[in-house]
Amino acid sequence: MKLLYFAWVRQKIGTAEEEVSPPEAVQDVAGLVAWLAARSPGHAAAFADPRQVRAAVNQDFAAPDHPVRPGDEIAFFPPVTGG
Amino acid sequence: MPATPRIAVQDAPFDAGAETARLSAGRTDVGGIASFIGICRADDGLSAMVLEHYPGMTERAIARIATQACERWPLTGCTVIHRHGRILPGEPIVLVLAASAHRIAALEACAFLIDWLKTRAPFWKREEFADGATRWVEAKAEDDAAAARWAG
Repeated sequence: MKLLYFAWVRQKIGTAEEEVSPPEAVQDVAGLVAWLAARSPGHAAAFADPRQVRAAVNQDFAAPDHPVRPGDEIAFFPPVTGG
Repeated sequence: MPATPRIAVQDAPFDAGAETARLSAGRTDVGGIASFIGICRADDGLSAMVLEHYPGMTERAIARIATQACERWPLTGCTVIHRHGRILPGEPIVLVLAASAHRIAALEACAFLIDWLKTRAPFWKREEFADGATRWVEAKAEDDAAAARWAG
């Protein structure tokens, strides 16, 4: 699956996007966050407080229990501040 | 049939006058056009605001919000133009226009659009200061409260 990172999530992780293949046990957004947090110190810092991070699956906002599948485009970012 | 919104996400400035004229050009059923223009302030010595967005999802999210406005109020048209990239104090960031036969629909739809854009469109503001410091703007509870008044 393709992961995209924005704003301070991108800065902490150190990349704007990456391709990952999590194990089958990763079934939803919350599971993906837990798996990603163990990938590097940058990932750990970005996901240190998962409540501060929002997600989108295939360009729609997604709650922690939203399923994730191979081939999905999943984005992580802080709460939005446009307008 | 609900009006089709005009949406643009761009780094270039916009022409609010031309955009407003466009909503009533060639028609005589428009009784009012409400507008909101968000402008970059120079709070606390801010030297620039840098807006990051999520290409693809941002346009989709704005289109969804604008389509809801067109379904909820009897609009003859609506326009949302949101800039991204580096914006200097005094420059416009966002334009929201809502046109209708009557003022209340236009004014309410305009307020709804900017309230929902602030909380549901994927943009992130980073502030840059004269001394070189930078800071990500944090989401505000009052923006959530403003958006919540349109729920239901």
